[in-house]
Amino acid sequence: MERMSFDLAQVPLREVNTFLHKDAPSRGALQVVVTNPDGAHNIAVGLDCPVEVEVHGHAGYYAGGMNKTGTVTIFGSAGTGVAENMMSGRVHVKGFASNGAGASMHGGLLVIDGDAGLRCGISLKGGDIVVGGSVGSFSAFMAQAGRMVICGDAGDALGDSLYEAVLYVKGNIKSLGADAQIEPMSEADYATVSELLAASGMQHDPHDFKRVASARSLYHWNADADQEY
Amino acid sequence: MCGIVGLLVKKPALRSRLGELMVPMLIGMTERGPDSAGLAVFTEPLAENARKISLYSGMCEEGADFNWLGLGHELKEHLGIDATLASQGNHAILTAAIAPEPVKRWIKERYPKLHILSTGRAIDLYKDIGTPAEVAARYAFSGLAGSHLVGHTRMATESAVTPDRAHPFTAGEDFCLVHNGSLSNPYGVRRMLEPHGIRFETDNDTEAACRFLEWRLREGDDLETALQKGFEALDGFYTFLMGTADKLALIRDPFACKPAVVAETDDYVAIASEFRSLAHLPDIKHATVFEPAPEEMYVWNA
Repeated sequence: MERMSFDLAQVPLREVNTFLHKDAPSRGALQVVVTNPDGAHNIAVGLDCPVEVEVHGHAGYYAGGMNKTGTVTIFGSAGTGVAENMMSGRVHVKGFASNGAGASMHGGLLVIDGDAGLRCGISLKGGDIVVGGSVGSFSAFMAQAGRMVICGDAGDALGDSLYEAVLYVKGNIKSLGADAQIEPMSEADYATVSELLAASGMQHDPHDFKRVASARSLYHWNADADQEY
Repeated sequence: MCGIVGLLVKKPALRSRLGELMVPMLIGMTERGPDSAGLAVFTEPLAENARKISLYSGMCEEGADFNWLGLGHELKEHLGIDATLASQGNHAILTAAIAPEPVKRWIKERYPKLHILSTGRAIDLYKDIGTPAEVAARYAFSGLAGSHLVGHTRMATESAVTPDRAHPFTAGEDFCLVHNGSLSNPYGVRRMLEPHGIRFETDNDTEAACRFLEWRLREGDDLETALQKGFEALDGFYTFLMGTADKLALIRDPFACKPAVVAETDDYVAIASEFRSLAHLPDIKHATVFEPAPEEMYVWNA
């Protein structure tokens, strides 16, 4: 496989992103290595070809955002909104991720080896998120579709106003959000957790996970409820 | 927006390099705060009976041509005070063996537009409008020495772009605070504080947080207790970084709406809104880097 390197201490980020958008699609199998990211925003966003990008160091905001068919691996931490609005492909953060990881994702797989900050998977519309550590408060807020596997703990208001996304949590849940409830695990759930853990290279027993899904009581207006706010 | 930076060096040998290490941190936060910048640096404290007062003449008619020497003569003539004034354009640090309150009162009466930036035995404070690079060059930030500092780059949202509304804010002695975010109840906090005799100098929301916390400290709370009361009294979005004569303290609101990242090595603790501002620090590749959690207190001793 052809391998290209960009040192962000030497070249501007725009050069990297321009290459990934304009030149990479015609190169066939290609691996791009980015060094000294130094927290730069928007690294490898909007990938639209099957390129493999390795980022060696800490990435800034929106790394791998809007990804489609690319594979982005960050050997460091990721700032706010890593893989936000990913359509397909894979983003793997080897360190921790800040707030809003995988926000509004439609597809693909986001793997975070460390902890994720608040609002991980907010408004998830599809795809899968696997977090090796814990997630902060308000994770999976209004998540509509897709799956999240959380190997550590969850903060406050997990799955608040959840639609049809399903969450699997191994550790403690500080509190569930409105309309989120813990449900029994089925054989299909164990298989799902097992499959996602294997895809993420994580080793846990699927039987240790709880399923969190929507009670669907917010789906319809309840005229009999106490409407005093 | 707004950018926050903080740096505390753990080894005395690094104190002379504090400013040099910090300037790229401050400039790194230009996109988050291009309209004003400032910092408070904490030095070796003066003797018990001595104080230093940072002064800013940029809002006087004379501006950078302010007659600092004349101010020194007048202090001698009217109050019998032997003060040294280390001046740099529109900024000066007045040092003397004094009780600071009568001197500050006299300054406010004689020169109402001369802005008193800070008072204490350890704190020197600088702030002005302009980009972080311009402000850093104006006051030669790279030459500053000390054990720790608190810096800020401002993108104004809650009050006008003027030097007195730039950060850090101070209250009392040897205390300062910088803020990224916006408070939703600053006027309620002000109305609660004003009957205690606490006066405000601007309409800025951050000043309410600064004066609230300093009031709690003055009332006898330790820093941790004061910060806990801050969580209860202050509503809105905030990452606050505070400096005292011997501490740096950081808190984030329960929603962690405003960013912060910390890098720690054997030599220093560095705090910034984003990693971009930490990337140049020595040995950063081996630093422990983490995001401070919401509603937790982080306190580092100088």
